[in-house]
Amino acid sequence: MPLKFFLPALLLTVILAFVSLFVGVRDVSPLDLFAGAADQRDLMVLVASRVPRTVALVLAGSGMAIAGTIMQMLARNRFVEPSTAGTVESAGLGMLTVLLIAPDMPVIAKMLVAAAFSMAGTALFLSILRAIPLRSILMVPLVGIMLGGMISAVTTFFAYRFDLLQSMGAWASGDFSVVLRGRYEILWVAFALTIAAYVAADRFTVAGMGEDFSSNLGLNYRKVMALGLVIVSMVTACVVVTAGVVPFLGLIVPNVVSMIMGDNLRRSLPWIGLCGAALVLVCDIIGRIINAPFEIPVGAVLGIVGSLFFLYLLIGRRNRVA
Amino acid sequence: MIEVSGVSKSYGKTLVVDGVTLSLPKGGLTSIIGPNGAGKSTLMSMIARLLPMDAGSVVVDGLDVTNVSGDVLARRLSILRQDNHLTARLTVTDLVTFGRYPYSKGRPTLEDRDHVERAIDYLGLADLRHRFLDELSGGQRQRAFVAMVLCQDTDYMLFDEPLNNLDISHSVSMMKLLRDSARDLGKTVVMVLHDINFASCYSDHIVVMRDGRLFLQGTPTDIVRQEILSEIYGTEFRVHELDGNRIATFY
Repeated sequence: MPLKFFLPALLLTVILAFVSLFVGVRDVSPLDLFAGAADQRDLMVLVASRVPRTVALVLAGSGMAIAGTIMQMLARNRFVEPSTAGTVESAGLGMLTVLLIAPDMPVIAKMLVAAAFSMAGTALFLSILRAIPLRSILMVPLVGIMLGGMISAVTTFFAYRFDLLQSMGAWASGDFSVVLRGRYEILWVAFALTIAAYVAADRFTVAGMGEDFSSNLGLNYRKVMALGLVIVSMVTACVVVTAGVVPFLGLIVPNVVSMIMGDNLRRSLPWIGLCGAALVLVCDIIGRIINAPFEIPVGAVLGIVGSLFFLYLLIGRRNRVA
Repeated sequence: MIEVSGVSKSYGKTLVVDGVTLSLPKGGLTSIIGPNGAGKSTLMSMIARLLPMDAGSVVVDGLDVTNVSGDVLARRLSILRQDNHLTARLTVTDLVTFGRYPYSKGRPTLEDRDHVERAIDYLGLADLRHRFLDELSGGQRQRAFVAMVLCQDTDYMLFDEPLNNLDISHSVSMMKLLRDSARDLGKTVVMVLHDINFASCYSDHIVVMRDGRLFLQGTPTDIVRQEILSEIYGTEFRVHELDGNRIATFY
């Protein structure tokens, strides 16, 4: 799709981000701000909470959407994303391990542990897929969801034993209200990784054509798989550590973009990142408005939107080659 | 030249390719024929390093396919297997452009664009170029895949059943196209074929496989004979000379 559509879409996302800056319990008016009439506390809210929150939404949204796309290319299945492949649950198990063993670790170390766990979980998922000879389209997400269920059962068991259920519950549903200055910056790592994904976009597209095509074109399939695995796991871990699980995003956005403009990632990846950011912004703003002054976590809003969309995909795709 | 020596492959306990030694000359069109389960496709996949072999070696122009980097080989030899099923939604142009991947790594130059245009043109895909592969018929999709392989512009091109899904007119133009690229551009084309008469009319060289072994090889005149074909396929054959071609009938 040409630039003339991309720029308006970009503008729309910027507007959403702007709206996100001024929606919340404390009324911060943009007019006061520009007139210089905002008081010290307004500025404080803006700088310490609203700006970090908005930046986090944008980075997490685009990161998860792109991670979902890469997973779909690697698994060659439209229904796979980090929360239907055991990736997210593994990151959770990693978080729990940190809480149990070294709760005072700096955020970056927590993220790396969570990333190592989610990498192992995703690698396990992909190797199960390789071992299943005749894999039907729906078998793949089912295997992922079962694997995720098993991993989170282990997590819950230990969390229960060590009285950590509440802390684990906090990240199980993505919530950006906890995002404050100084506690979200790790998401820039996710951003760097999505840039890396864009640089390697052609490799992922070729890998998405399958191992035979990749080998024929001289691409080292295993290396690309490993690269994708690292990107997906690290991005997921960054998001899970800062805001918790953001479900379905990696499923909805890549599928919609693919339906409209196909899977040549060199072309579609910018769109996927942008739409991911926009969707999370919308869901988070809805969550802040609908039950004000209380908040509905973005994970819950996305869960509703996402499961409806998943059903639509299952039903609507029956008569197509997925 | 492709030199295959002592290549074997088994799936579980079944020996599918059994010590095949064979050399395929450079240039010209070679067909591999034989009954189902003769190991034709497996052998071809091993030649193109898509499948690891249990024993033996394959050397293409002095390059051992198991050792040479995939990148280097991708500029010498290309393969199209049968039953290509893509999950990725790509347009015809996208797919054909990826044929240039070994050269451009995804950033096609003007020269690459020329190759893409030519390949799309050769296979009559100009009207379909912006369509997604999942919106095409089986035959159109097959032509798009062949265009991608042509675009890869390798000295050796391997096709497993390239006439799959093609109607008669497209089959004929596909065979002519591949024979011409062998004759005029000095390419080496190797294909697995089921249609004996296509093999007979278009090949310079025919290789016959049976039960995982090399059974016979030679020119169409050597191979397309009543007693030989009847023995290979276990079916009664008649062979007729028509307009300078040897045509087999078996109905």
